[in-house]
Amino acid sequence: MSILEEAGFDAQQAADNLESARSVQGRTQLQLTWRRLRNDPVSMIALAVIILMVIAAIAAPAVAALTHHAVDTAYPDTGEDASGNPVGPGVAGFLLGTDSTGRDLLVRVLYGARISLFVGVVSTLIAIVLGVSIGLIAGYFGGIIDTILARFTDAVLAFPFILLAIALATVFGPSLTLIMVLITFFSWAGIARIVRGQALSLKEKEYIEAARSLGAGPFRIMFIDILPNLLAPVLVVGTLLIPAAIVFESTLSFLGLGIQAPTPSWGNMLSDASNFYQVAWWYVVFPALFLLITTLAFNLLGDGIRDAMDPRTERLIAARRLRRRGKRKARAVTVQAQQPGK
Amino acid sequence: MAIVGYLIRRLLTGAIVVWVVATVTFFLFFARPVQTVARQLAGRAATPQVINEVINNLGLNDSIMTQYWHFLDNLLHGNLGFSYFTGVTVDQMLKQDLPPTVSLVLGATVLWLVFGLSVGIISATRARSVFDRVASVGVLVGLSMPTFVVGELLVGFVFQPLYSGGFHWINTGYAGITSGIGPFVGHMLLPWITLATVQAAIYTRLSRGQLLETLGEDYIRTARAKGLSERRVVFRHAVRAALTPVVSQLGVDIGQLLGGVVVVEQVFGLGGIGQTSIQAVGNDNLPVIIGFVIIAAVFVVLANIIVDLVYAALDPRVRIT
Repeated sequence: MSILEEAGFDAQQAADNLESARSVQGRTQLQLTWRRLRNDPVSMIALAVIILMVIAAIAAPAVAALTHHAVDTAYPDTGEDASGNPVGPGVAGFLLGTDSTGRDLLVRVLYGARISLFVGVVSTLIAIVLGVSIGLIAGYFGGIIDTILARFTDAVLAFPFILLAIALATVFGPSLTLIMVLITFFSWAGIARIVRGQALSLKEKEYIEAARSLGAGPFRIMFIDILPNLLAPVLVVGTLLIPAAIVFESTLSFLGLGIQAPTPSWGNMLSDASNFYQVAWWYVVFPALFLLITTLAFNLLGDGIRDAMDPRTERLIAARRLRRRGKRKARAVTVQAQQPGK
Repeated sequence: MAIVGYLIRRLLTGAIVVWVVATVTFFLFFARPVQTVARQLAGRAATPQVINEVINNLGLNDSIMTQYWHFLDNLLHGNLGFSYFTGVTVDQMLKQDLPPTVSLVLGATVLWLVFGLSVGIISATRARSVFDRVASVGVLVGLSMPTFVVGELLVGFVFQPLYSGGFHWINTGYAGITSGIGPFVGHMLLPWITLATVQAAIYTRLSRGQLLETLGEDYIRTARAKGLSERRVVFRHAVRAALTPVVSQLGVDIGQLLGGVVVVEQVFGLGGIGQTSIQAVGNDNLPVIIGFVIIAAVFVVLANIIVDLVYAALDPRVRIT
């Protein structure tokens, strides 16, 4: 029996304590962020809208089946009026009306959501993987790799993306893959820059030195020790990149360089709709509304996450609460002060 | 003079950037078979001989390096070549297309800077007021609006009703400033608003955030403590320091602005370099595309130099070396 145990020290208990402390610390940042985020009604509404939009996009074929309106089929008998113009919302079972050739706008808008969300999320994920890896390597190794990366990110950030987009779309022909390659190409540099900056300061921390002295190799240090500390800023940038990617896709499709008809995308629907302002307002309004709501929700959520991650927010909320309480107290005091004089 | 040396160095690196961009574009388009251009030029029922003749006339049969050499040689002499289809020189097309684009960019930039900065400053000095809250909602909506959607909505729900209602001052298409200031503004107003909306939102948010941060600095407290008026504190001490990141953002944005320009010109039919380059891409008009890409690159390089100079003038800590 060791002297410690004689003194009532329970080794198992201590190990458990250490273990639980470690596991709590490992998640602290994200947990705290989530807790603050949950108390922010705007972010929660934005999140709900995004989830609804995803569900709607997934359910697009089901909606098509329910309405008996296929996505690429025109219904000239029911979907167009006597003069061949689109019919309005609610007419003949078309909840959002029809488009220029008498196709169901609701079904097409939902199929458009599939493309937008897919492009937004997938190309952002690829950009994150690329940006994080390159940023980590540049920040950790420094030197010539870092210089090359810095010049390259500068070039990417300064290059007028629309010119490259136009050029590539004509050389290779417009396609979904091309759009995603373009978005990824113009997004990773921003992430790499942020990750590089963080990695530069993190690699000087004592715990990295500790890891190194324990014999950890550079890749272990980069991906096991540094990466988890970068998740938060990457999460914010990622959330804000998704709406940017969606806007980019719809802009290219609008210019005729992206998704090609008859495949519906919000961009090419709006381009087609521009000839029907006077006869069919719904044809412009609904795709625009879906696009706006989606990008707005992602932007709001990204802002919310950024605020929630900022430790100053806690203080801000506390300060606001304090001030409100202070005002109430002051009011109470003045009321009391006035009463005797009444 | 340090500034002369600085300018020379910046212009030299700028020239290298332009050369790289031109070269990349040049080789990029060689991934595309020359047949398509020649076939379009030769007409629908062209025999192979006619197509070959067209290809030879355009010099498309030379080796890539020979063509590249010709291209560089011409470029150094300021000769951007001819449009494949109309035979008009690219210089001439540029001369024709630059006025709409330049008026669009300049007008929109003024609009978004004035609007974005003033809303940002008012929001920051009255943080958490009703104005601030309304403004920040507006900023988020503006940020989420793709440029082409703003343009479409303005055309559909402002221009069309006004025009069919007999109000013809606001119009699409382009009217040069020579046709009078009234028609010019009438034609450019909606394009300016369209291009400025998203940018104004970005700058409002940026300037508000920066100014809020600056107003919390110790030297602002010092300025207040020594009895300066609030106006003087905000405008002389805080805004100047808060503006520097805004100016550097401007340098980044100028490259991205071209995207918005293409969209706005397309939506309103302004016929500037954006619209022309999209058409040129549509029919493989290589000399025109390269000409426009070079002009765009020159524009971006020059704008960045100007931005850096303004930056140095605003922030006394930045030295031009």
